[in-house]
Amino acid sequence: MTGRGCGGALRIDALRREFGSFTALEGLELDVPAGEFVALLGPSGCGKSTALNLLAGLLDPTTGTISLDGRRIDRLPPEQRGIAMVFQNYALFPHLTVADNIAFGLRMRGCPKPERAERVRRALDLVRLRAQADRYPRQLSGGQQQRVAIARAVVVEPRLVLMDEPLSNLDASLRLDLRTEIRALHQQLSLTTIYVTHDQTEALSLADRLVVLRDGAVQQVGTPAEVYERPANAFVAGFVGYRNSLPGTLTGGVFDAGDLVLRVGGYGTDRPAPGPAVAMIRPEDLLLVREPAAGSGNEVPLDVRVCEYQGRGFAIEGSGPGGQLLHCRSDRSFRPGERAVAVVAPDRVRLFARPQTETPTPDRALPVDGQPS
Amino acid sequence: MSASGPSGDHLLRWRDRARRRGVTPTVWLVVPGALFMVVFFVYPVCYGVGLSFQGTQGWSSAYRDFFADRLVNNHGSRRSILITLELALAASVVNVVLAVPIAYRMRGRVRAKRALIAVVLVPMTLGTVFVASAMKEFLGPSGWLNRALLGIGAIEQPLPLVGNVTGVLLSLVFTGLPFAFLLMVGYTSGIDPGLDKAAAVCGARPAQRFWLVTFPLLLPGMTITFCLSFVLAFGVFPSATLVGNDAGPTRVLSKVAYTEYSYGHYPTASAAAVVMAVVQLAVLGLVLSARGLLHRGPTTGGKG
Repeated sequence: MTGRGCGGALRIDALRREFGSFTALEGLELDVPAGEFVALLGPSGCGKSTALNLLAGLLDPTTGTISLDGRRIDRLPPEQRGIAMVFQNYALFPHLTVADNIAFGLRMRGCPKPERAERVRRALDLVRLRAQADRYPRQLSGGQQQRVAIARAVVVEPRLVLMDEPLSNLDASLRLDLRTEIRALHQQLSLTTIYVTHDQTEALSLADRLVVLRDGAVQQVGTPAEVYERPANAFVAGFVGYRNSLPGTLTGGVFDAGDLVLRVGGYGTDRPAPGPAVAMIRPEDLLLVREPAAGSGNEVPLDVRVCEYQGRGFAIEGSGPGGQLLHCRSDRSFRPGERAVAVVAPDRVRLFARPQTETPTPDRALPVDGQPS
Repeated sequence: MSASGPSGDHLLRWRDRARRRGVTPTVWLVVPGALFMVVFFVYPVCYGVGLSFQGTQGWSSAYRDFFADRLVNNHGSRRSILITLELALAASVVNVVLAVPIAYRMRGRVRAKRALIAVVLVPMTLGTVFVASAMKEFLGPSGWLNRALLGIGAIEQPLPLVGNVTGVLLSLVFTGLPFAFLLMVGYTSGIDPGLDKAAAVCGARPAQRFWLVTFPLLLPGMTITFCLSFVLAFGVFPSATLVGNDAGPTRVLSKVAYTEYSYGHYPTASAAAVVMAVVQLAVLGLVLSARGLLHRGPTTGGKG
């Protein structure tokens, strides 16, 4: 809390954890420089919480190493790792006041009383809870409780802060406020942070770097912009908002999905080799109109099924050629059953080599609140 | 509502008012229980208390006889109070102290938890008389425990385990522990396991986690368990008669009252019972008022 640069450098090497015959996490490699904010992103059961518990020492790795500032910590009990953690359900000590909760870690570290009081006071100021210092956790709102938990974590100036879906239990507007607050706090304190979430917007807005996980395996590591704009595969694309996925075949500049043929182009080098492929389109790039302007892009006829008002526009779900479910946007409303045309520019269609064994399931990416992974 | 007429309207408002005060038709379900309590508890208690004031020499004579050791066989009643208190307090402290670690270990997922709990509960189903008679055989001077210890040369004289306070205490612990354990399991499994993790990540060693987080959260439950164990142990006399020696060292209050009744000395018997109740209430009052100083809130760290 004394300024910038008190976070440690984290190195994770070939970290693996099995539960019986099930591999929860396979071969996680990650190098986190001091002060970086890394988000582990993925759907339920992707191994992100396992990774966090391994870092915290609440689970033992099957193989692999974790080092913090060059020191191996993977065999140390949690209390000797010099880390701090924020939990999804806050995990505040219900029998201690807010101030005592925050002071707990300092007490355990043998911090002398006057210094303790001073640091607790500064931590309370940091999360703007000075007035609530003598209250008990049950007397606070969810957002306040989580701010206490954050203060409890940062007050010890840990080398590493772990956050396990800290916003999942909060309601929408509070989540947004606290998200900004966490970002501001990180900018202020530069604590090395590993943040676990299943919510892509949370990960994109908070993190310096994202690690997208699926079934225990890393899918992509990159800055939020890289992951959002150039997802490495169909799964990552589905997770960062490419809701429409069409299996088909790529030949030259044309993607053939059977009942529907799309001209593709633009992304250039990212395009896979001709052959079986998956075309993915963000709903925002698929615009529904009644009368398409000439030469505006690929035109896909659509039977409207559901039209939702979303303030700035409408989100429309309908069936395209061959009954393919498509999600698109429009600035005007459509009636269910109405026939319209969805337009997508060739350079907004993202193509991925089709995985041989599995089909992407982008709908898993829909953030489901409060679901632990 | 205007269509239902004035009388219907009136009825509806009456029902609404009753409902708003929490009086719903389900209130009638309380009646059998309440009636039972009045007939079989409230009235007998009042009757007994009244009886204790009808001694042969004035309203307080039964109590004077009781405290001046003028009961059957001139037995010391003040001493009986002490014996009973000592036994009940010792038994309930031992029960709680033994039950907490077992229950703490059994929180969360434990292999064969159900089977273990079933085994622990068996003594409870046996009843005090059975346990006490069995113990008398098992722990007596010629019981196999003493014979075995004599056989291997660990002792030279048989251990005096029955016919005294030790025997009664052992019997009270044997029958009371399952009960204390069962209560404590509820309390230990009610504590959010995340708190232990949070404390660990905050830098607390296992012992610190127990004493600074788990223990304070268990204290209210331990208090209640202590109180119930105490009440159970205070009134029991089969063990005091069978394993103990109710002519002297383990002459508990309930035995005193029983002897008086069996001699037809109803006022003094009632007085003994009233003294018992007062002593118990005093102990419970002390313990529960101390409890007011403890944390009484939730034992989880938040919602979820």
